[in-house]
Amino acid sequence: MNPRRTFLILIPYLWLLALFLVPFGIVFKISLSDTALAIPPYLPTLDLSTGWAGFREFLSELDFENYVWLTEDDLYWKAYLSSLQIAVFSTVLTLLVGFPIAYGMANAPDQWRPTLMMLVILPFWTSFLIRVYAWMGILSTEGFLNQFLLWTGIIAEPLTILNTNTAVYIGIVYTYLPFMILPIYATLEKLDASLLEAAEDLGCSRTSAFWLVTIPLSRPGVIAGCFLVFIPALGEFVIPSLLGGSGTLMIGKVLWEEFFSNRDWPVASAVAVVLLLLLIVPIILFQKHQEKQQEAEQ
Amino acid sequence: MSDPAPATGTGPSEFAPWKDPDAQPLIQFRNVTKRFGDFTAIDDLTVDIYAREFFALLGPSGCGKTTLMRMLGGFETPTEGTILLDGQDIGPVPPNRRAVNMMFQSYALFPHLTVRENIAFGLKRDKLPKDRIDARVEEMLRLVQLQKFASRKPHQISGGQRQRVALARSLAKAPKLLLLDEPLGALDKKLRTETQFELMEIQEKTGTTFVIVTHDQEEAMTVASRIAVMDHGRMVQVDTPDRIYETPNTTYVADFIGDVNLIEGNAAAHHEDGKVEIHWREGEPPIVGTPMGEVPDGTRCTFAIRPEKVAISKDHPEGSSNIVHGKVLDIAYLGNMSTYHVELPTGVIIKAQLANNRRIARRNITWEDEVWLSWTETAGVVLTG
Repeated sequence: MNPRRTFLILIPYLWLLALFLVPFGIVFKISLSDTALAIPPYLPTLDLSTGWAGFREFLSELDFENYVWLTEDDLYWKAYLSSLQIAVFSTVLTLLVGFPIAYGMANAPDQWRPTLMMLVILPFWTSFLIRVYAWMGILSTEGFLNQFLLWTGIIAEPLTILNTNTAVYIGIVYTYLPFMILPIYATLEKLDASLLEAAEDLGCSRTSAFWLVTIPLSRPGVIAGCFLVFIPALGEFVIPSLLGGSGTLMIGKVLWEEFFSNRDWPVASAVAVVLLLLLIVPIILFQKHQEKQQEAEQ
Repeated sequence: MSDPAPATGTGPSEFAPWKDPDAQPLIQFRNVTKRFGDFTAIDDLTVDIYAREFFALLGPSGCGKTTLMRMLGGFETPTEGTILLDGQDIGPVPPNRRAVNMMFQSYALFPHLTVRENIAFGLKRDKLPKDRIDARVEEMLRLVQLQKFASRKPHQISGGQRQRVALARSLAKAPKLLLLDEPLGALDKKLRTETQFELMEIQEKTGTTFVIVTHDQEEAMTVASRIAVMDHGRMVQVDTPDRIYETPNTTYVADFIGDVNLIEGNAAAHHEDGKVEIHWREGEPPIVGTPMGEVPDGTRCTFAIRPEKVAISKDHPEGSSNIVHGKVLDIAYLGNMSTYHVELPTGVIIKAQLANNRRIARRNITWEDEVWLSWTETAGVVLTG
């Protein structure tokens, strides 16, 4: 291999090493340590001045105690499970909302498309926190939504939405909608219109052409969109803590509390490592599946 | 070269339902007009297409040929007029309920389905029993010789094979009418020529009526039983390939199909046999030609003659009419034939084509040679349109 190519390939690997593998190694190391009243709040710390013997002593003090702890206290696996449930459910909701929007955009007249695209991206121009706070104003008991519904007479008593899982779902769907819309739009926009005409020509109604041609061909976009929503939603911290209630149990919140309320960095790190493993497994499965499909097609 | 004007029947076996006044056309366009906003794509068009015909729509891009085809497929509805299929108005019938199938220019094969599933797609929509579908798909695969590729996806086969899958898919439902939109446009020249003959064979085997859209005049000439030459939403001439070529009715058709010499002049001195003299340039003898219709004396007209009907020689040819003298300006060597561009003293350039049935070293006409051009009185046509 020539040095130019080696160099080019090296850049992403160095990036990965510096920004993912090294930080992960540090977190993993902390997760094997014991908590201590010190700065940093864990033991042991590696002291290179003590040489080889010091390093061996350092290694001997590391253990998997914190991981065992995660299985002993049912808070953790409940939080993982609840996060998983919330992430799956909100991904499905985002898909149900996002697909029709992407479909509408892809079928809109050409001159409208840039504007529609702009409208989808526009919320990103405002701080994420401010937008979530805005939802508190909308969803609270005296919020805009309740006032509007009371005014129209649809409801007689204000609804309790804020500080429930419903508010968390609304927040996640709202926040991650563009990540669902954009990849689906990209695949739908590429879809050759003559394929639908061919389906109709061969006896499909408009509806069955949609199910038999549009849906299967938009699958890559749907899968990409679901991953882009599911992965951050699983570890989401801001939305459940601002919009969710005491009953909303999510691993991101647990993580935050371990780090900052309990100052138990080793357990918090163990929670983070397990979360990462939980995320990596579906990603690897997905990639394996993609590779297999590509091989089959060649 | 026989007299081109009257049609010559070649016996009872000849396929020419358009000459039979009792024949019932499969498709009838009646005063069909199609407008897109201000643009008139099809302009008051009336034409009949008969069962088992291989009907070609030929014209430059934007002439309305694709719009016409899409109206047959059901993807556009006429603004005015009616289209009848088997005597029934198909205007309000959606594409999925027409006994018409279309082979798309892009082939429009479903990329997520295999060759077999693509071909079966239309049959499955008809809710046929599985064994009937399988049998029909096998039959189609055999017809286009793709049995070996049945379980491949469209992107795993070559362009020529994709074209055949598209053809098989559109034929699978045994439509009354098959529409082919530039079916061979994406193939290279050699494959295209081969496929043209395959298309004709399949058309004959299945007995389906084919309507083909093309801008390639050679393709239309090869495959079609009749050709409609289109221009600006009108059919300028609808006729058999030989008559389109030999007896075009306008200079547009003459110019669009093949190579042609067009000489403008004034008609004069009708001969008794209907031939007419054309005075086209001071100092040149008049050209004698056969008019396609009435050409009163003094009419401005165009004499059209194909290069291969112009003889070229170094010696003065026999005969008295249609002989001109000039100098070879250019020679285009095409392999099987050569086209000589001969400049007359008046500056007019006439093209003459000669089959290269001798080796190149034996041919004696070269650049700057003084030559004689001649043609018979029936070789060219006189056009007024």
